[in-house]
Amino acid sequence: MVSATVAALAAPLAQVQLRDRSAGDAGCVADDGFCPGWIAENLDRYVDPLLQHVYLVLASVAVGFAISFALALYAHRHRWLIAPIVQVTGILYTLPSIAVFFLLLPLTGRGSLTAIIALVAYSLLIIFRNITTGLDNVPEEARDAGRGMGLTDRQLLWRVELPLALPEIMAGLRIATTTTVGLATLAFFAGAGGLGEQIFADINFKSNVVVAGGLAVLLAAVLDAAILLAQRAITPWTRARAT
Amino acid sequence: MDAATLVFDEATKTYPGQSEPAVDRLSLEVGAGEICVLVGPSGCGKTTAMRMVNRMIDITSGDILLDGASVTERAPAELRRQIGYAIQQIGLFPHLTIAENVATVPKLLRWDRDRIRTRVDELLALVQLDPDETRDRYPAQLSGGQRQRVGVARALAVDPPLMLMDEPFGAIDPINREKLQNEFLRLQHEIRKTIVFVTHDIDEAIKMGDRIAVLRQGGHLAQYAPPAELLMAPAGRFVEDFVGADRALKRLALQRVRDIDLWRAPIAQAGDPVAAVRAQTADCDLPYPLLVDGDRRPLGWLSEAALAGETVTADLRSDAQPVVELDDVLRDALSDLLQHETQYGPVVDARGAVAGVLSIEAIGHALQHSDAVPKAADAVVEG
Amino acid sequence: MTPLAFLGQFGEAIQFIFEGQTTREGTQVGGSQFLELTVDHVKLSVVAMVIACALAIPLGIWLGHIRRGSFLAISASNVGRAVPSLALIAFFVAYLGVGFTNVTLALVLLAIPPILTNAYVGVTQVHRETVDAARGMGMTEARIALRVELPLALPLIFGGIRISAVNVIATATIAPLAGVTTLGDAIINVSGYGDVGRLAAAISVAVLAVVTELALGAVQRAVTPRGIKLERGGRARSWRSNVSTKIGRTASP
Repeated sequence: MVSATVAALAAPLAQVQLRDRSAGDAGCVADDGFCPGWIAENLDRYVDPLLQHVYLVLASVAVGFAISFALALYAHRHRWLIAPIVQVTGILYTLPSIAVFFLLLPLTGRGSLTAIIALVAYSLLIIFRNITTGLDNVPEEARDAGRGMGLTDRQLLWRVELPLALPEIMAGLRIATTTTVGLATLAFFAGAGGLGEQIFADINFKSNVVVAGGLAVLLAAVLDAAILLAQRAITPWTRARAT
Repeated sequence: MDAATLVFDEATKTYPGQSEPAVDRLSLEVGAGEICVLVGPSGCGKTTAMRMVNRMIDITSGDILLDGASVTERAPAELRRQIGYAIQQIGLFPHLTIAENVATVPKLLRWDRDRIRTRVDELLALVQLDPDETRDRYPAQLSGGQRQRVGVARALAVDPPLMLMDEPFGAIDPINREKLQNEFLRLQHEIRKTIVFVTHDIDEAIKMGDRIAVLRQGGHLAQYAPPAELLMAPAGRFVEDFVGADRALKRLALQRVRDIDLWRAPIAQAGDPVAAVRAQTADCDLPYPLLVDGDRRPLGWLSEAALAGETVTADLRSDAQPVVELDDVLRDALSDLLQHETQYGPVVDARGAVAGVLSIEAIGHALQHSDAVPKAADAVVEG
Repeated sequence: MTPLAFLGQFGEAIQFIFEGQTTREGTQVGGSQFLELTVDHVKLSVVAMVIACALAIPLGIWLGHIRRGSFLAISASNVGRAVPSLALIAFFVAYLGVGFTNVTLALVLLAIPPILTNAYVGVTQVHRETVDAARGMGMTEARIALRVELPLALPLIFGGIRISAVNVIATATIAPLAGVTTLGDAIINVSGYGDVGRLAAAISVAVLAVVTELALGAVQRAVTPRGIKLERGGRARSWRSNVSTKIGRTASP
């Protein structure tokens, strides 16, 4: 049964180096099982992929945020732009990342750049929409009072509207980040490495799959929590309740 | 800063696509330190007219002059920093502390930190809020009434020569509204700002205004006069209807308890010699002694048993309710008396010490002999 | 890459989709074979979606109706988002082996969270007064859920279906890892298809996803009760359906 499976996948996996397993729980390993001993010994294999994964995610989200932020600020003044931007970023969002990797290959070649471009394209809709909604949800009376007191449009934006939109913006960042972690596991198709490469290299070996997959999930959870904590720290007023 | 004068000079606002102007050639003058109330039915243009002053709404034709200079001369943002702005929904910034909210305009004008801090504390105290307690709170932690006060404090921050207030007490419950109105009037007595005050409530207008501008649909000025004149000589059917059929009763809102001759009652503290108390009675309008504490605050009306011995005992016939303030308008005071089904009640000053007794008879007496002569005002008559 | 070459590769790929080639071994790739792959791809996706809907919609509606389990319904999406699809497929391959059933199972798990969350939120968003009125008229709980809450929640439910469908189609691309041949075969088993074939597969998957999104989007719009559309359209910006800000609102800041 095992050999048949290995044989069936031998051809497709030929293009990727089969991980060799160093001696650990030899029996467990030979059975493709979940071997804590092997895991403990080989944890260092996952460090580089993990770091690469983190790099891909952070770079993509940062760039995605920068672009979305600029677009959202511009569209805040020229509201007719919002619908078209949502349409375009919507299409980018719909395109499966794995397809986008290959669509970009002829243009940008293999490597992190291709992966990052695709991941950025995916995140634009989420972040843009959340920033715009956040700005729209600012209470109208706060805007009226602000303008009436003599705040210029620019001052109003930076001192009143953006701070009040922060919770929504951070929520969008959280969603974008967790989904990007998931999508980045496919980045190795674009030649960008990451935890996905690890999974793919030995897809039958339970230990490998669990560790690599688990690290991805863990990474998503950690980043999510980190952004949430950051949000709590910079929006103290959201926690102030009537005494 | 000194209070400014404000002049509406045929100010008109027509919205594109509308045949009728929202405000049609409004002309009136507000003197320095006066409260001008714009009042009228819904949609009459009073809020529009107010917002034209600080250019939140652009003037289509005509002009508005602040201290003689057109409001269109300066950039809007600059103009608005010179004008206090308080709206119905208050519009405090939820993400800023109370102190930061109040400090908004001073920060825009780049005051230094110490000056701002001092000013904020000063303002919070001015609106009867404890600076230490309130300064670092967030708007969500305050009650509606407290937020309203902060709104006023914020509008006063840079001591602007003019203030615009759009139904500032509208979102508050009636009980607190009365309190806030009284406090605001006391404040105005001290600071004497020029204020344009918009309301739909004629009673509020009469209470608050030095001069009242009654507007009808299209921002047409029906009458511009002091409250007394409005009540006693309404210009035309519209104003008459708007003021209401109970004009006579409304006149009670024009006078305060302090304005009329109060009755005297014997004042006694527990332990006072009864003989001395009885001696007071000769000079008093009311034979029933009032028990007070060490600070002369009223505790209740004494029973006969309290005066039976050598010294006064704290034996009460009834409590002191209703306790009326010197600053209350007669209308509210009369209402309190009637509600408690009593003929009279003690009057206290700002510190809570007894200043006299108000009785229904005294009110009636004052009304009969009131010589409320309307001052010569720019009353525009419309048929 | 000169522009011509760029177009060249894409042009070749498009040609590949429609005409196909013959491999060295003499088998046909591309062309009608691609059509077969597409059919398989869609089949797998549809089966997974149907099962997911059959499970998630009733559960979501029921939880929403009894107003319980909000933590479950909302967390399902958060957790679902954090689990990479590749890891999910790999997990199933490692623990359950290859095969259509196993892959379908993985895809069903992937598809459930958005549908479940949206069904739950869709039902809880129905105005309480509407539900109370229905109850007051004597409707049974089941009837209320079916006749009142479900129709009103339909737009959101379809929104969830849209999201899931696109995810499933995207993930079905890596199904060959689990032994099920779909369009992703040209990506996973590149030899035989070549770079051109791989690009062709990418284009096909992309088109499939966009078409699904647009089609389901149209269905979602069609399924939105006219009354809701009017209610939203009047007060809202045209690009979003549930933002409402009005001057004059006397709410606390």
